[in-house]
Amino acid sequence: MSDIIKSFTRAFIVQDRWMLYLEGLGNTVIIASVAVLIGLVIGVLFAMINYLKKKTGKLKFLSALVNIYITVVRGTPVVLQLMILYFVVFATWDNGIMIGAITFGINSSAYVAEIVRAGFESVDDGQREAGRSLGLSTWQTMWHIIIPQAIKNSLPPLFNEFITLIKETAIVGYVGIIDLGKVPGMIQSRTFEYLPPLIISAAIYLGLVMLLTFALRKMEKALAKSDRNGGGKQ
Amino acid sequence: MNENKFDTLEINCKKPILSVKNLKKTFGKNVVLKDISTDIYKGEKIVIVGASGSGKSTFLRCLNCLEDPNGGQIIFDDVDIADPKVNINVHRQNMGMVFQQFNLFNNKTVLENIMLSPYTIYKKKAKKEGKKPKEFKEECRQNALALLRRIGLEDKANAYPSTLSGGQKQRVAIVRALAMNPKVMLFDEPTSALDPEMVGEVLNLIKEVADEGMTMVIVTHEMGFAREVATRVIFMDDGVIAEEGTPSEVFDNPQNPRTKQFLNAVL
Ligand SMILES: Nc1ncnc2c1ncn2[C@@H]1O[C@H](COP(=O)(O)OP(=O)(O)OP(=O)(O)O)[C@@H](O)[C@H]1O
Ligand SMILES: [Mg+2]
Repeated sequence: MSDIIKSFTRAFIVQDRWMLYLEGLGNTVIIASVAVLIGLVIGVLFAMINYLKKKTGKLKFLSALVNIYITVVRGTPVVLQLMILYFVVFATWDNGIMIGAITFGINSSAYVAEIVRAGFESVDDGQREAGRSLGLSTWQTMWHIIIPQAIKNSLPPLFNEFITLIKETAIVGYVGIIDLGKVPGMIQSRTFEYLPPLIISAAIYLGLVMLLTFALRKMEKALAKSDRNGGGKQ
Repeated sequence: MNENKFDTLEINCKKPILSVKNLKKTFGKNVVLKDISTDIYKGEKIVIVGASGSGKSTFLRCLNCLEDPNGGQIIFDDVDIADPKVNINVHRQNMGMVFQQFNLFNNKTVLENIMLSPYTIYKKKAKKEGKKPKEFKEECRQNALALLRRIGLEDKANAYPSTLSGGQKQRVAIVRALAMNPKVMLFDEPTSALDPEMVGEVLNLIKEVADEGMTMVIVTHEMGFAREVATRVIFMDDGVIAEEGTPSEVFDNPQNPRTKQFLNAVL
């Protein structure tokens, strides 16, 4: 028993090793958050292009490009995408964390685009027609009416996508970025004990994911409520 | 008699507010509107009746180009709005439309539903006129509240559409269109999606708006209402205007056998 405690102490406390986990956690959080932002902006934009093409028959060329992008990004392993961006596209840039964030942002955007596309399609056509019939432009109708409803319809699968993303970022270790998934290896090379750092790292991931799941469920509930709040609170 | 004739003359001398010339619409191989022409004058209340699939909705939706016509002209404000080159948004601002399914914006409160288009569309103009955005927003808000007061739904201002009854939704949809001060209002079966007990409140509001002089084009299956408000009834059959005239002409003394057949089926 005391051996186990000693192992965990070596993996976490000795030589302030907990700071390594903290650094890894910080980087994981940064990579995932920036990636989510990039993924959302590009994904929503691309979903919108596809939606407008479907509804108005315009933007045919852009929409074709978007579909090629989605096919390629979804059809290739993210590890390879990471290596292409890290070793080729941004070969001269030494900010590995940002390169990781951009990789995952691009990767995630293809999935977000598909998710939000379904969200757009579930918005009733009457919403768009009502907006246009009042004289609002295509863009004003999109911005005030369609996009908010499309995103709202997509929230549950988007939340899942974000949670998956956090865990997937662990592969940035492949190109030497120090994230939460990379830290166990670094500690193992000092202590020569494999299990304790892996368990600690996994526990932190799990905690992060559970915390996020909890927060997102709360948000989902609050949003659902905003739909049902009755009249009379003038 | 003489006076009546004079009235008609005066109306006919004026330019129509909306003039439809040889309108055609096809969906693929399906020819839905075949060469429709009619002039709509200020203050007219035109009721369109006809069997399901005869093209009533398509005709109405072509009037504000929610469906792009495949041929012909729609002259509104001296402009052929069927021309793909015109900025249709500007013209739609002057044409209200009320849908069978209400189509209130689900993500906006009742008040926001009414304010959204006047505020969004005219805020630039208001700024040019030296109004601060906040002032203008308040102006739009007060205007929207006045419209809600008119239909007795002021207490629903901050409610979301999903909490309203069908009749309330449709009345909000009507004042939302009125908030733009349109010159013409288009109604596509405004009471067809309502429970029977709510039809009356919506028809009453439409009558009120009609009495204020609004020019209207209404597609409806409510024949009693049609007889009451219409200044002209158009009977559509298979993509053409098969018969038109005053309510008593069309309903009491139809000339076209198709009209007779239709009226026998619905009355
Ligand atoms: N968007 C569309 N695409 C293809 N066909 C359409 C479309 N809209 C209408 N149609 C066809 O056009 C014809 C006329 O339809 P429309 O909705 O104008 O009839 P309506 O007179 O309004 O009928 P109802 O009384 O049932 O509302 C129908 O055959 C319909 O199937
Ligand atoms: Mg119809």
